[in-house]
Amino acid sequence: MTWNRKDILDIASLSVDEIQLILNTADGLKEISQRPIKKVPILRGKTVVLFFHEPSTRTRISFDVAAKRLSADSISISASASSLVKGETLVDTAKNLEAMNPDVIVIRHSSAGTPYLLAKRISTSIINAGDGMHAHPTQALLDMMTVREKKGELKGLNIAIVGDISHSRVARSNIAGFTKMGAKVRIAGPPTMIPVGIESLGATVFNDMDEAIDGADVIMMLRIQKERQQRFLFPSEREYASRYGLTLSRIKDSKPDVMIMHPGPLNRGVEISPEAADYVNSVILDQVTNGVALRMALLYLLAGGMRHADDH
Amino acid sequence: MQMIIKGGHVLDPGHMDAVTDIFIEDGRISALKEPESKPSGDNMSDNIPGDEKQTDRIIDATGCIVVPGLIDMHVHLREPGEEYKETIETGIKAAAAGGFTSICCMPNTNPVNDNRQVTEYIIRTAAQFQSVKVHPVAGISKGLKGQELSEYGELKAAGAVALSDDGFPVSDSQLMRRALEYSKGVGLKVISHCEQFDLSGGVMNEGAVATRLGLSGIPNAAESIMVARDIALSDFTGIAVHIAHVSTKESVCAIRDAKKRGVPVTAETAPHYFTLTDEAVGEYNTNMKMNPPLRSAKDKKAIQDGLADGTIDMIVTDHAPHSIVEKEVEFDKAANGIIGLETSLSLGLKLVEDGVISFEMLIKKMSKNPARFFGLSNDITNGSAADLTIIDPNRAWTYDVKSGYSKSKNSPFDGWEFTGRAVFTIVNGRVVFEI
Repeated sequence: MTWNRKDILDIASLSVDEIQLILNTADGLKEISQRPIKKVPILRGKTVVLFFHEPSTRTRISFDVAAKRLSADSISISASASSLVKGETLVDTAKNLEAMNPDVIVIRHSSAGTPYLLAKRISTSIINAGDGMHAHPTQALLDMMTVREKKGELKGLNIAIVGDISHSRVARSNIAGFTKMGAKVRIAGPPTMIPVGIESLGATVFNDMDEAIDGADVIMMLRIQKERQQRFLFPSEREYASRYGLTLSRIKDSKPDVMIMHPGPLNRGVEISPEAADYVNSVILDQVTNGVALRMALLYLLAGGMRHADDH
Repeated sequence: MQMIIKGGHVLDPGHMDAVTDIFIEDGRISALKEPESKPSGDNMSDNIPGDEKQTDRIIDATGCIVVPGLIDMHVHLREPGEEYKETIETGIKAAAAGGFTSICCMPNTNPVNDNRQVTEYIIRTAAQFQSVKVHPVAGISKGLKGQELSEYGELKAAGAVALSDDGFPVSDSQLMRRALEYSKGVGLKVISHCEQFDLSGGVMNEGAVATRLGLSGIPNAAESIMVARDIALSDFTGIAVHIAHVSTKESVCAIRDAKKRGVPVTAETAPHYFTLTDEAVGEYNTNMKMNPPLRSAKDKKAIQDGLADGTIDMIVTDHAPHSIVEKEVEFDKAANGIIGLETSLSLGLKLVEDGVISFEMLIKKMSKNPARFFGLSNDITNGSAADLTIIDPNRAWTYDVKSGYSKSKNSPFDGWEFTGRAVFTIVNGRVVFEI
């Protein structure tokens, strides 16, 4: 297939073929990071702007490393260091960035939908690196890459996602992605953290974690944010850990080859016990490694000439 | 100064329903006559009583419906304070184009209309345009802060026609109770914006669409809880309360039940609530963001049912102009509200076309019921002020927001094709809009 997409805004709008192309491309590029000299000239002379409005370590560095391994120039700006603190609107800031002719703008923002706003107003390729509670497509793609790598294919797998589904863009994008690729997604968490109508995205809801992980091929734990306690979503970390935390005994009660995933950062002892996080079946660090390859693939597809060759 | 509106079907629900010629003199209706069929060979030209030379204008309303002037009792005019969004002048022009002869403007201006000076300023400014009548609604509480009562007596004397903290709920139930009681003594009614802040705080309707878009939700209960409270206070005090911009099924049910029990509650909704659902938010379209938010299909149906069975008495626009500065931003940050004066009647006519309500009911909800709420008479009868709207029910038109009269362009209905609209708006016998 040919690639002719300008932006990566969410998973829902990607086709199965496009997802497969992205994952295959990432598989191919992964090896570069294992070389003694981890750099290829594919994106030499290209500029990638990392426009992060929300604190991020893993995702921002992952994009930065991905850009550099492909020889692109990457520039990182944050909200506090940009004109946004001087009252400039997001659209104006983006138009100014566009005027400097970057090839890709990677945006993370606390408000859902901002990547759409930019994609409509500027011609530069946009990659959504997480928008509010809405979507985190690159995380979902790297998760799919990781599962596919270990399990061979995604079709027919049972994926259990456990935790604060309401506030999780990772959960939303993974539900969209895994179901699109033929896997079944079960979600579990306290009812206060299960958003209305999540079934319409294709997930099956469980309030009991043990039921959700029973027979699952993959257990994906989500980070629990302490400040949610103030909004009456759960009574204490202690109670949360006992009802919805992943422990060794819960792992032992599930399938022997169950994969343990977590998008990070971990709250060891809350949603995942230290032993569970370091368990032999945990792929939490593989997710990070694959994240670089996956983001290299996206930068390559968006800026690497394939699109421009196909464009008129 | 004489005007004749000829050949129109005059429909004044409860009073008149016939093809009638309306004679207007010095701003008032001077005669209503059955049109005489032209006798053949008669030399008299048009059978007009009196001296025809004095007639300044004859409007041919053949094929049109002449109704009592439409009244929009829920409008934000933004002046004073936010003239870059709308002024009294541009708001009046938009209202006239929408067929409204009277509008009521909400007090959330800057400064807030909680005092004589602002009320008088609005009335004085509006009067100079000799167009659509503007009736200020003043704050229930000082500064709309929900802490102290405004001076209702002075506001009434200055010309305020009702009280509302619109945009903000009266969270304090004791203040609401006292506002109802005190306002009764003054002779002003209270309009309640029902929203429980502990539950609201989202940016769109709570439901599957918000979940998919990752936007924080406002549950139906945030509205219906306070509707239930206000009904309880109205029931307990025996004093009328009016529920603003009803958007949920649960509110409709609560109001329907209260009316059955004889509680003196009235209610309004806006065209977007019976026309659109939260699906319209699409890819974060900020022109679909308002408070209360667009709800589910089930709620939309309940609003339509409430209009049909009389639970909802009025259709208002909640015309809320915002500039591109407030709208072309992140959805979370975008201001709540849409403009509506120029599309309200046509959206109402769509309801008629769809068989939800009759044309007569539409006119009741957009004219007669608001008039009655404020104790005004707008009957089409000899001697009454000639505030009339002439509707061509078959006129096809396309709404182009850019060529609209409102200073702001935040409409969800840009590009919509309609059948039927106001073709003349007449206030005190003056044509203030015609197309």
